[in-house]
Amino acid sequence: MRKVVLAASAIVFVTGAAFADVIADRKAVMKENGKHVGVLVTMVKGEADFDAAAVLAALTALNDNVQEIDVAASFPAGSDQGDTTASPKIWEDMAGFQAEMDKFKAVTAAAVAAPAQDIEALKTQVGAIGGTCSSCHETFRLKKG
Amino acid sequence: MRLANKLVLAALVLGGAGAVAGWVLSAPQKLDDETLAALGTGDVGRGERMFNAGGCASCHAAPKAEGSAALQLAGGVKLTTQFGTFIAPNISSHPTDGIGSWAMEDFASALLKGMSPSGQHYYPAFPYASYARMRPADVADLHAFMKTLPAVEGRAPDHSLGFPFNIRRGVGLWKLLYLSDEPVIALKQDAAQELALGRYLVEGPGHCGECHTPRDFAGGTKKDQWLAGAAAAEGDGIVPNITSGEGGIEWSQADLASYFETGFTPEFDSAGGAMAAVQKNLAKLTPEDRSAIAAYLKAVPPHSNGYPARTPQSAE
Repeated sequence: MRKVVLAASAIVFVTGAAFADVIADRKAVMKENGKHVGVLVTMVKGEADFDAAAVLAALTALNDNVQEIDVAASFPAGSDQGDTTASPKIWEDMAGFQAEMDKFKAVTAAAVAAPAQDIEALKTQVGAIGGTCSSCHETFRLKKG
Repeated sequence: MRLANKLVLAALVLGGAGAVAGWVLSAPQKLDDETLAALGTGDVGRGERMFNAGGCASCHAAPKAEGSAALQLAGGVKLTTQFGTFIAPNISSHPTDGIGSWAMEDFASALLKGMSPSGQHYYPAFPYASYARMRPADVADLHAFMKTLPAVEGRAPDHSLGFPFNIRRGVGLWKLLYLSDEPVIALKQDAAQELALGRYLVEGPGHCGECHTPRDFAGGTKKDQWLAGAAAAEGDGIVPNITSGEGGIEWSQADLASYFETGFTPEFDSAGGAMAAVQKNLAKLTPEDRSAIAAYLKAVPPHSNGYPARTPQSAE
C-alpha cells in the first residue's frame, strides 16, 4: 500500500500537478487583480464615465488583494512546474521578485491613500500601477505554448 | 541527422565545388545610387519616431532603462540563442567605441544591407532583414536623431558563436535567401492608406516579425507563417501568435491600439517579457501610427500557432 502511495505521489510530481492548488490560487489572485484594474482602465479608455466612488472601490479591492500576497507561500520552490506562466527566474532571483512585489504593494497602497479625483489623475495612477505589472511580467513571467 | 550536423555537412559541401561560387555570392552588397540619392539630409524630429518604432533602445540600452538612461546606447545586452550568444554593440555617438564617426552612407548600409563600414556582414540578430524595408529617408532621419544622443564609452564584447555560424562570410549566403526590401503581405491597389502605413511600420522599422514569426532551419523567417508566433529565441518560452488564427488573438483594432498605448490587454492582463519594452516604445508613437499598426495586424492572414503545443513532458 505504501508503495502505491509513493508511486502515486511520484506520478503526481512528475506530471507537475504537485502544486496545482497553489498555482490555481495565485492565478485566481491575478485574475481578480485584472478585474479591479479593468474598472480603472475602462474609464481611462473613455469606455466608461469617470466615477470617483467606483475608482475608490476598485482601488480598495485591488489593494486589499495585493497586500495579502505572500510570495513565500504562493511561490514555493518547484511551483514553476505545471500549468503556470511563472518563470524559473523567480526562484533564481527571489529577492528581485520580492522587490517587484513590494513595489506593486507600495503603488496600490499609495493609490488608495490618495484616490484619483479626476480622469487625468486616474491616467497617472493607472500608468503607475500598469508600470509595476509589466515591470514584473517583463522578467518573471514566461509565456508558454 | 541533427540540425547541427546537417549544417556542418552543408558547410563542407560548400567548401568543395561551391567554394568559388560561394565566395562570390557571399560578397557584401553595396547600396545602389538610387537609394543613396533618396537618403536626403535627415531630420532629427522625424528620426525620433523611427527610433521609437525601431525599438533600438530595447537591445542597445541597458535592460529596463528609463528616461535618459534609455538613450545611452552602449550595448552589452546578450541574446543567448541556439546559434550562440550575440552581444549588442555600442551604437552611441562615441567616435571610436560607438558609431559617431559613421557617415550617413555607412549607417544606411548597416540598416538596409546589414553591412559594416569595413564591408563585413552583420549577423541578422541585428534585424536588418526587417530594416531593409525602411525608406531611405527614414533611415537618414534616424541617423540624424541618433547623432544627437550621448556618446558612451566602452565597447561591448564580441559575439560568441559556434561553428559554422562563426564564419561571417556565410551570412552573405543567408542574405541571398532572406534579405529583401519587398513587403511580406501584398495589399490591394486600393488598400487604405492606414493599412499601408501599418504594413510599413510592422514589417520595416517595427520588425515585429523577427520575434513573432517562426524561423526555418537556417534562421530565416517563414513568410508563409507570418506573425504566427514562435518559440522564443532565448529560453524555453514562446512569442504569441498575433494573427487571428487558432491560438492567436481576436482583439479588435481598438483593442490592439489601446494595448500599444496602455500595455493592458482586453482582459486587463499586462504586457510582459520582451514585449514590455516594445510596448513602452509603442506608447511614444502617435495614435495614428498605433492605429495603423493595429489595422495591419487585423488584415494579416490567419495562421495557427507557429510553435509546437506544449505537452506534459515538455513542461518538466
